[in-house]
Amino acid sequence: MRRTRTRLAVALIAAATPIAAAGCSSGGSASAGPVTLSYALWDQTQQAGYQACADAFTAQDPNIKIKITQAAWSNYWQNLTTEMTAGDAPDVFTDHVAYYPQFVADNQIMDLTADVTSAQVNLGQYQPGLADMWVDGGKRYGLPKDWDTEGLVYNTKMLTAAGVSPSSLDSLTWNPTDGGTFEQLIAKLTIDENGNNGLSPKFDKSHVKVYGYVPTYDDGNTGQSSWGDLAVENGFSFLPKPFSTAYNYASPALEQTVTWYASLAQKGYAPPYQKNSTLGVNAVLDAGQGAMTQIGSYNVSSYAGPTAKQSYGFAELPIGPDGRKTLINDLSDAIWSGTKYPTQAWKWISFLASPACQDIVATKGVIFPAITEATKKAETARIAAGQNITPFVQEAQAPGGTFIYPISQHESQISTEVQSQLDAVWLGQASAASALETAQSAVSGYMSQP
Amino acid sequence: MAGITGSSLAVATAAHEGPPEAVGAARPGRRRAARRGDGRIASLFLAPALVGFALFYLYPTIRGVYFSFTDYDLLSPPHSVGAANYRYLWRDPLFWNALRVTLQYVVINIVSQTVLALGLAWLMFRLTRSVLVRVLFLVPWLVPNVAVGLLWLWLLDANLGFVNHLITDLGGSSQGFFTTPSLAMPTIAVINTWQYTGYTALLFYAGMLQIPGTLFESARLDGAGEVRTFTRITLPLLRPIMALVLVVSLIGSFQIFDTVSIDPAQGGPVNATRVIYYYIYQLAFTQFRMGYASAVAVTLVLILGVLTFLQLRLLRASRSDLA
Repeated sequence: MRRTRTRLAVALIAAATPIAAAGCSSGGSASAGPVTLSYALWDQTQQAGYQACADAFTAQDPNIKIKITQAAWSNYWQNLTTEMTAGDAPDVFTDHVAYYPQFVADNQIMDLTADVTSAQVNLGQYQPGLADMWVDGGKRYGLPKDWDTEGLVYNTKMLTAAGVSPSSLDSLTWNPTDGGTFEQLIAKLTIDENGNNGLSPKFDKSHVKVYGYVPTYDDGNTGQSSWGDLAVENGFSFLPKPFSTAYNYASPALEQTVTWYASLAQKGYAPPYQKNSTLGVNAVLDAGQGAMTQIGSYNVSSYAGPTAKQSYGFAELPIGPDGRKTLINDLSDAIWSGTKYPTQAWKWISFLASPACQDIVATKGVIFPAITEATKKAETARIAAGQNITPFVQEAQAPGGTFIYPISQHESQISTEVQSQLDAVWLGQASAASALETAQSAVSGYMSQP
Repeated sequence: MAGITGSSLAVATAAHEGPPEAVGAARPGRRRAARRGDGRIASLFLAPALVGFALFYLYPTIRGVYFSFTDYDLLSPPHSVGAANYRYLWRDPLFWNALRVTLQYVVINIVSQTVLALGLAWLMFRLTRSVLVRVLFLVPWLVPNVAVGLLWLWLLDANLGFVNHLITDLGGSSQGFFTTPSLAMPTIAVINTWQYTGYTALLFYAGMLQIPGTLFESARLDGAGEVRTFTRITLPLLRPIMALVLVVSLIGSFQIFDTVSIDPAQGGPVNATRVIYYYIYQLAFTQFRMGYASAVAVTLVLILGVLTFLQLRLLRASRSDLA
């Protein structure tokens, strides 16, 4: 018996040895020879632009090559975090304000303060407000690469058929009590099976053919493309300041907005939660079952690009009680603290944040670069391509017209909770007041959980 | 089948070779003695599988149990928190909700799948031996889960789905299969039933082929009809296969993940489809609460262990009525 056991142990060890050996063989040196940096992106439509940047960068500095890896948004953060745990993350990766506080807390991304100071990066060249989003506890963890704002997208034929001129959309107003001229427009664009629109007394809300507004019900904790912007127009604020723990979900301003948003379906102007497509607003608008919705500028190419199945126009958000407010967000590039090539990674990052790269990205017309000069180039390129995206740019440049993404810890947990509670409101199972109160108390709990 | 009968015969003979007075007490000892001769060879052959088991199952399980007593966010080193995760779990409404919706899924899925599969297997057994039919049953099982999820997501979509077009054309009103809380979990359960029924039917069919034909013949001679033959001969003799299929599909059913994760509702509406595996996944990889996720996973292992044990006991799976 004992001999059998010994042999078994030997066999086990023998079988495991090659694995251990393989584990040791992968190592590299940080010498000054040619290096290849890996760079992670999540948006495949942006890959061409950044590939062009990478080519220009390598042409300038032939010792540094860039290898772009791309993973869809839905697995990007899972991949990244597990790669970090395994000690094999990309040297440089695209970062989001919702996620970087966690990486800072876990020492996974590098503090760029000294590099930015010594390289004298001009922080004034970026769209105002963006650069500050990447400072946590006085240290800088990124430089802005692009920005996005929110706007309306409408089916141009349906708008014309309703007798509405596109220019009149510039002065749309909204309030949570009667919805303002925004709700009037939504009603006008809603057509039932008998051809009556939502304003007609004969309107049959249980047999709607075209909805005036296609809502995004699954919009997480920010309502970035739905209730969030309207709530801020109504005086709501998510957090008193970035990195605060004092979320404000039980605010009456938010409650009124959510109640109004849910009322669109009750009036028949928007599909109710149960009957709203889970395939996304783009699919519904393309199928001609909706006339208008709200989108982020990062989604413009789905409506203005070659895959669009209808003809679309863009407009600014309606003007609320506190004026017109849109969430503005930007992305940055972060250096993973486990990289073997911090010097080269900094060179690549500073190139990405420079006019040289952002001008290249601008010509590809997918996103708006963070540098104001490059934004102008992007706008010109898009208009030349027949895409009138000026509303998104005007919103970004309007003084006091933007607010930033609520930056805090526990973002994804908050998102799940707020989403669940709002689902109950959309389904008519709970009032906005009670749902938001529940969400708020859960969110407060997360701030003190282990 | 010949193999099974052969080896059990060999064991039986070996046991009977012992001295008559020692039969009762010494039987286990004799068995061990009979196996010792093959031990060395057996361990050699088992080694690769054991290494794999130790490396990919045992070690992760032990790590998982360890993590369940820590606070660990994947990136900073875990630090011990004692039983805090288990105490939190006891009070976590989302955990109990996850168990409840998973059970709902398991019941709908297992019942519908087993009943349909038995029916299909019996039809095949009685009507055709066609290989083509058997292959066709396997087709949905061969499609990757993600593709199945996407396919049905499109077919059943509330606005744009083909199924809802059919329903409205026939005068009904369109249904939010994935978006109505009371429909979401049954919809997912039925989709997976659609996918796995053919496969399960084949297992039952193979089990039916093992039943000696003489039994059916004598039943027919004694005047038993289809229904009586099925309930009195096929079903009882199918018990070991039934036990295997039920245990495997119960465990598989508890592991429902793909279809839920394809659904853009991400466990919604209002947690209606946040099944236990998806909850563990969200905790571990979107909220990075690896410690707590491990505690939920360990609890699930315990629950599944108890369920499997009960099932095997109740179905007396190791004994066949044919022996």
